[in-house]
Amino acid sequence: MKVGVLLKQVPASDTIIKINPDKTGVLTADVKWEINPYDEFALEAAIQLKDAGKATGVVVITVGGADAEARVRDALARGATEAIRVDDPALAGSDALGKARALAAAAKSAGVELIFAGKQAIDTDSAAVPGMVAELLGWPQVSVVTGFSVDGGKITAERNAGGGFIEVVSTSVPAVITCDKGLNTPRFANLKGIMAAKKIAIAAKSVADLGLSAGQVGAAGALVEESGLELPPPRPSGKIIQGATPEAKVKELVRLLRDEAKVI
Amino acid sequence: MSSGILVFCETDGGKLKKTALELLSKAATLGGEVSAVVIGGSVDGAEAGRHGAATVYTVNGDAFGAYSTDAWVKALAAVIAKVSPAVVLGAASPIGKDLFPRLGARIGAGAVTEVTDLSNVGGQVVARRPVYAGKVIATAKVKSAVGLFTVRPNSFAVNPTGGGAASVVAVDAGVSAADLKTQVVEVRKSAQATVDLTEADRIVSGGRSVKSVEGYDSVIRPLAAALRATPGASRAAVDAGYAPHSHQVGQTGKVVNPTLYIAVGISGAIQHLAGMRTSKVIVSINKDPEAPIFQHSSYGIVDDLFTICPALQREFEAVIG
Ligand SMILES: Cc1cc2nc3c(=O)[nH]c(=O)nc-3n(C[C@H](O)[C@H](O)[C@H](O)COP(=O)(O)OP(=O)(O)OC[C@H]3O[C@@H](n4cnc5c(N)ncnc54)[C@H](O)[C@@H]3O)c2cc1C
Ligand SMILES: Nc1ncnc2c1ncn2[C@@H]1O[C@H](COP(=O)(O)O)[C@@H](O)[C@H]1O
Repeated sequence: MKVGVLLKQVPASDTIIKINPDKTGVLTADVKWEINPYDEFALEAAIQLKDAGKATGVVVITVGGADAEARVRDALARGATEAIRVDDPALAGSDALGKARALAAAAKSAGVELIFAGKQAIDTDSAAVPGMVAELLGWPQVSVVTGFSVDGGKITAERNAGGGFIEVVSTSVPAVITCDKGLNTPRFANLKGIMAAKKIAIAAKSVADLGLSAGQVGAAGALVEESGLELPPPRPSGKIIQGATPEAKVKELVRLLRDEAKVI
Repeated sequence: MSSGILVFCETDGGKLKKTALELLSKAATLGGEVSAVVIGGSVDGAEAGRHGAATVYTVNGDAFGAYSTDAWVKALAAVIAKVSPAVVLGAASPIGKDLFPRLGARIGAGAVTEVTDLSNVGGQVVARRPVYAGKVIATAKVKSAVGLFTVRPNSFAVNPTGGGAASVVAVDAGVSAADLKTQVVEVRKSAQATVDLTEADRIVSGGRSVKSVEGYDSVIRPLAAALRATPGASRAAVDAGYAPHSHQVGQTGKVVNPTLYIAVGISGAIQHLAGMRTSKVIVSINKDPEAPIFQHSSYGIVDDLFTICPALQREFEAVIG
């Protein structure tokens, strides 16, 4: 069984974000990129299956420009065995569904039977793409998973069901799994892996290579349009509470929370 | 023609969850008829009506035990086909997050997730949502006939409009056990379960400076309990083992949206802010007057957390009781 990993590069979490002049996106010139943190859990889960002899290969799939190759290389160095980068001018302005179409088609072309994705990308913050990929492939999905095992095609996954409940879900391959923190501890690449990764070709695919038409992706195919990007309104400057003793300070804080902020 | 707003309501023991009341209250201000849908549960038409819904559609049957993507997507798609709403709202809860994107792909409807505000602009519902971990706010519009939106809990106030009881209409969505490709085989209460952080209205979080599990358990938990709040933590506190993973607030933890957030001994790193910056009121307690968290706080106390927290706990106990 080949396992796919949907891997996206995102601005490093401490990046200062600058909005472009037409307010439709951000300026990427000074951005330091990294693998989306949740996709690292997805990648690690896939590599562990390969190490355990349960996966024959790990295919990293990304929709991204040439500058995403370094993150794909990093994934190969950690233990992925194949990579597909979908890149096409027609993808510009894609919404989650457009990206999902490209990713689902690439996964199909690679012949993967199990897909790991991050629960959410920390740039779009949408948590939408993997469920759409699952729907397009007609596969079951288990989202926000913190425990996973697969045996003879039977999957057991633990997920946070909210309200303090953990659900244990059973399903079978093929399936799409989205990964949360706590699932595993991602490894770093070692020198041997870095050398081995250099020999692996990253397959670049266009939209047409995947059998999609330009109208199914990009701004033309988008059902959601994001614009008017702006910085959040600044918080009115806060008050540092003065007082001679800790007791005086907390009394004043509680008074302000009750009488001024009216939250208690 | 699609028109009106359909609110996907989650219930708890036959009562609409607070998130459902928030969405119904907001829907009533956006224009157009409001209806509700409850899947796999019973509902009181009076409560839904009081919050602005004219009709509540319910879908039930053998396939609707524990939440499953397959049964819920098929059921909600059937109700949407019957009602033809222009807008479908749901909470950005574990269920809503799992359900809405897949539903969008199934019915060809644009799905906007993790919304924090909705408004009616010239007859179209327009959403605002944080992106880049809340460093940027974007405006999102849907181009399809139906628009799907999931909204973060606590984004809107609950406002009963005082309408009469909603009529309750059962819908047969034709869902059977054969549709289910996943099965919930076990449900466990996670250790120290309280209100889910993402839905909590008040949160008290502790940072690395609580120094130990004992520090977290003897300072943060009791303070949270006194305020009827949910305990949270910074990643440094979680990584050090003082609090479980499920308590982590931030970019790689939970994104929370409470009315009141108290950060105890937390420096205010950008990745922590990413998880809590939309909180309505932020209080921080830190002994370093230069700690970045103070720049994002409504109120700050510069002092040692080990003296302030017990005093604050006593004060909350006296006032909230
Ligand atoms: C990719 C990535 C993702 C991340 N995701 C997250 C995330 O989801 N959530 C998160 O929180 N962090 C996250 N981080 C980590 C983040 O950068 C910070 O390291 C972390 O938030 C720091 O936690 P802290 O504030 O508890 O600790 P510190 O930064 O060590 O701050 C401790 C604070 O406590 C104060 N203090 C010490 N003693 C006392 C005392 N006795 N009384 C009062 N105050 C005291 C100090 O003045 C200081 O301000 C992430 C980092 C990366 C790189
Ligand atoms: N452009 C992309 N390339 C590869 N994977 C992606 C891409 N966009 C989203 N994903 C996957 O989908 C997950 C959720 O992303 P999102 O829906 O954008 O929050 C990510 O963690 C990735 O696993």
